[in-house]
Amino acid sequence: MDVLMPQLGETVDEGKVLIWYKKVGDKVEPGENLFEIETEKVSMEVPSTVGGVLTEIRVDVDETAPVGAVVAVIAEEGAETATAPSAPQPVAAPGAGVGLKPDPQDAVGRASARQQPPVAPPTYVARKLEPFKEVFTPERNYGPAHVGDVQTTPYARRLASELGVNLSTVRGSGPDGRIVGKDIEAQRGKGTQPQATTRSSSGLEQIKALYEPGTYEEQPVDGMRRAIARRLTESKQTIPHFYLTIDLDVDALMAAREQRNSALPSPTTPKLSVNDMIIKAWAMALRAVPRANAVWAEDSILQLNRADIGVAIAVDGGLVTPVVRAADTKSVWDISRDVKDFAARARGKKLKAADLQGGASAISNLGMFGVREFSAIINPPQSTVLAVGAVQRRPIEKADGGVRFATLMTVTLSCDHRVVDGALGAELLAALRDIVQQPRLP
Amino acid sequence: MAELTYRDAVARGIAQEMSRDPDVVFLGEDVAKPGGAFKASVGLLEQFGPLRVRDTPISEQAILGAAMGAAMTGLKPIAEIMFSDFLAVCFDYFANEFSKSRYMTNGQVKCPLVVRTGNGAGSRFGAQHSQSVENWVMMIPGLKVVAPSSPADVVGLLAAAIRDPDPVVFFEHKSLYPTKGEVPDGEIVDKLGTAKILRPGKDATILALAYMVPRAVAAADKLKQEHGIDCEVIDVRSLVPLDTQTILGSLSRTHRMFTVEENPRLCGWGAELVSIAAEELFYDLDGPPIRITTPHIPLPSAANLEDQVLPTVDRIVATVHRSLNS
Amino acid sequence: MAVQHSRSDASPAASVTAGEKIDSQLALRIYRLLVEIREAEQRAYDLFLQNLVKGTSHLSLGQEAVAAGCAAAMRPGDLSFCTYRGHAHTLARGVPVEKVLGELMGRDNGLMRGKGGSMHLTSVEHGVMGSYAIIGAHLPIACGAAWRAQYKGQGDVTACFFGDGTTNIGAFHEALNFAAVWKLPVVFVCENNLYMEYTPIADMTAVKDPAAGRASAYGLESIIVDGQDADAVYRAAKKAFDKARAGGGPSLIECLTYRYSGHSRADPAKYRPEGELERWKQRDPVKIYRVRLLDSGVAESVIAQIEADVKQKLDKATEACKAAGPPSDELIWTDVYADGGWAWRN
Repeated sequence: MDVLMPQLGETVDEGKVLIWYKKVGDKVEPGENLFEIETEKVSMEVPSTVGGVLTEIRVDVDETAPVGAVVAVIAEEGAETATAPSAPQPVAAPGAGVGLKPDPQDAVGRASARQQPPVAPPTYVARKLEPFKEVFTPERNYGPAHVGDVQTTPYARRLASELGVNLSTVRGSGPDGRIVGKDIEAQRGKGTQPQATTRSSSGLEQIKALYEPGTYEEQPVDGMRRAIARRLTESKQTIPHFYLTIDLDVDALMAAREQRNSALPSPTTPKLSVNDMIIKAWAMALRAVPRANAVWAEDSILQLNRADIGVAIAVDGGLVTPVVRAADTKSVWDISRDVKDFAARARGKKLKAADLQGGASAISNLGMFGVREFSAIINPPQSTVLAVGAVQRRPIEKADGGVRFATLMTVTLSCDHRVVDGALGAELLAALRDIVQQPRLP
Repeated sequence: MAELTYRDAVARGIAQEMSRDPDVVFLGEDVAKPGGAFKASVGLLEQFGPLRVRDTPISEQAILGAAMGAAMTGLKPIAEIMFSDFLAVCFDYFANEFSKSRYMTNGQVKCPLVVRTGNGAGSRFGAQHSQSVENWVMMIPGLKVVAPSSPADVVGLLAAAIRDPDPVVFFEHKSLYPTKGEVPDGEIVDKLGTAKILRPGKDATILALAYMVPRAVAAADKLKQEHGIDCEVIDVRSLVPLDTQTILGSLSRTHRMFTVEENPRLCGWGAELVSIAAEELFYDLDGPPIRITTPHIPLPSAANLEDQVLPTVDRIVATVHRSLNS
Repeated sequence: MAVQHSRSDASPAASVTAGEKIDSQLALRIYRLLVEIREAEQRAYDLFLQNLVKGTSHLSLGQEAVAAGCAAAMRPGDLSFCTYRGHAHTLARGVPVEKVLGELMGRDNGLMRGKGGSMHLTSVEHGVMGSYAIIGAHLPIACGAAWRAQYKGQGDVTACFFGDGTTNIGAFHEALNFAAVWKLPVVFVCENNLYMEYTPIADMTAVKDPAAGRASAYGLESIIVDGQDADAVYRAAKKAFDKARAGGGPSLIECLTYRYSGHSRADPAKYRPEGELERWKQRDPVKIYRVRLLDSGVAESVIAQIEADVKQKLDKATEACKAAGPPSDELIWTDVYADGGWAWRN
């Protein structure tokens, strides 16, 4: 049988052998001392619990072994063979091993409680208590307490989210301009139209103090600017971004575009842009890699079953990102028409809220400004954005080691790591490259 | 319906239960012949005799140990510890013995007992006879902890505590003994683990216990009259079990939380309530939860000093008003 | 009936005064208890060396006669309150050894299904009202159990066992005075094994006899018994129990005995003077009793049969414990409160 290193105390986890009273081959009687051990606390003789012959000493004098380790083997009298060496029994550290770990967030939804009419905010809904959940934690969070210099109470943040009130339009009535619950309730029914704010602002004063008076002109921030500031700050702070960049050989794509534009359906039909072609190709790529056509929804990931593509459009004082619906099933001509319609309406401030919602990805193209490459910020809740650079003729190495010129475009994909991992993003870009380099775009 | 003092309500509650159950017995220092140091058990010896109402030596460990031994073998003892400050000299029984015996023995040992004790300040007794120590026992798994604020609650909660199969620590507030209140006739049995909304309101929730309850109610009246602030006042009554449904339900309507605690600041019962609210009801809080407590000091004896350090009606009013209107 | 007792004198003169005759049936019962306790404690130690017993454990090897003698004097329905060194007293009241070892090993078949451990052995159905690990705490509790018997007139007596170290803690004195003033049917039994934990009791006590020397302060008779002689313990215990049952109030018995092992499993007991252990082993309670049985004409085969029987049962129990599973995780959450659960809030 195995002779183990005994536990010499409740908080001791190893022992050192001081003396072996027996040597290999010696006969051992039950109760006879076998060896002596020492820990930082005590030393103690260890007797054998069985009779037999000591066949093996595994821990020599002055060596240290963990509690539970086999220090020797005794062939018991009458036993047929010595027991096979066994692994030391792990000894749990005090307090470990019973799995007293905090559980992950409780998955039971509180949504029903939160969807009561907002005028009388929901009363507390008791839930069945569960082990390790003696106190429940919130299912989700409602944005940061501080945006810029404005503070918002937790209750006001939840209420704003539930009522669809844009916090950038709310003026705080609490201490130091803090936005409190009643400020949100006052906004209810007013919609989310941007409105100028004259919120008292110590941050503004602090920043102004850094610049000599007269060396600047103060421009009031309008609702769109404020929304962009808030949304993109939130995006960068809450979405774990990473970036993948590749070069696309667009010779074939440019040729396909040329071919189509040279045979327009009618003389009044507007020409296809490179961007129209990229939107179509991107939609096809997302359909080819459906796991990347998905958005993070806290407790779930929503995988979308069509490819709606957001298109960033610069307007006076900012930008908007309307969404081309089902771009994977539309012809490039239809896509082109949609984008031109969006652009016109954006300039006239005629876009509807519905035009701005949906999709898992967007395209931001600064190629027309000669930007070679850049990275974009994801527009939540979307999970990716493709930053498209300028089409350029660049020298590349040929297979035989020589140099040739190709028509290249550099694209950078920003990914939300919660949904799209590196390999998945790379797979998506590879799909785009395959489509672009052999365009069979309808 | 009769008007009764808080003090007489104690004796009435004990008598009610001793009359219906011969297993209920009562022991403590000076409880029998003298009728209790606070005269809260006058008449019980005469009514129930020396076998059931027994004086003990000044031996707090013996009192609680005997109560426990009797409880685990079939009686339902009520033990009195004269001043709650003395819990410290017999703390082993709360911390290690009757709180844990059921769990350690896998349910074999049962301890249906009640420890009654005089708690709290206001009597100018100084630092060793005035403390509010409900948090000392609230932290121990296996105990139940009750602290009534009115004569009617004393009778009903004492009856519930005596009938409860778990060990219950029953904090009577010394400064409430002379206060009076209406008590319904007949048998009264309340329910442990229930808080009471004493005054509905929509702007803030004020949570109070025992001697602080009348102060919280007075402060709420003043806040309404002078500032138009409409406070809901909850008498927490039972710290364990804790009626979180009533408390959190109120917070989810008013979105503001104030506690009024007689204990010194650190680790008072309000700290646990605030912690629960912060975790479970974070997105219902429309401002910081605020605790109004005695400062973290031993209690002074002189009247003017003691009066200053306990939370007062004015301090409650000022704190709530400032927090809601600045 | 007091006997001389000092640390250097390992063989106090037996003080078996004339008392109740111990017939051969009772003697064999006492011997079986002695062997059961000795073997079970030895087995607990072996299991500890094999790392099958975790935590701590406090053995009664050498002290078996106190538990056996007292248990033999008790009736069914009488109650025992023990300390963390309580395996012996628990077994002596008839608790199956499998349940005791299972609890030591943290198995589901343990007395409390692993929720209490070595220091809290409890079996209410056998009258073992618990083993208490805070020194002195259970003396007042035993008073309470005795008070119930007195109040209800139920006629049972409560025994409360504790070590010599307990005589210097406040609860000991509170309980003795309380029991005496209320005339409670309780028998306090001090197992004086010469050492508190690691320090000789004589070095830390103002009187020579830590328990008996205090008896007079509470109006009680000073009683010292040879704790290595189970018959002497039995006679003293029987007398005290009879007195308590008759309404004569409490007794305090000091049994002189010796702990063969250290205070707990982590203690090699190096503080003992050389030769002390060997001298005490000359007066081993099991050996003394075995010789006495043989001298009184009991056949060797009868004794050997008891020993073999005990060992066989112990082996079977050990195997059952090794085969038993660990307690289920749900037990974490049971019996905090009387509703069976743990909920401190709604």
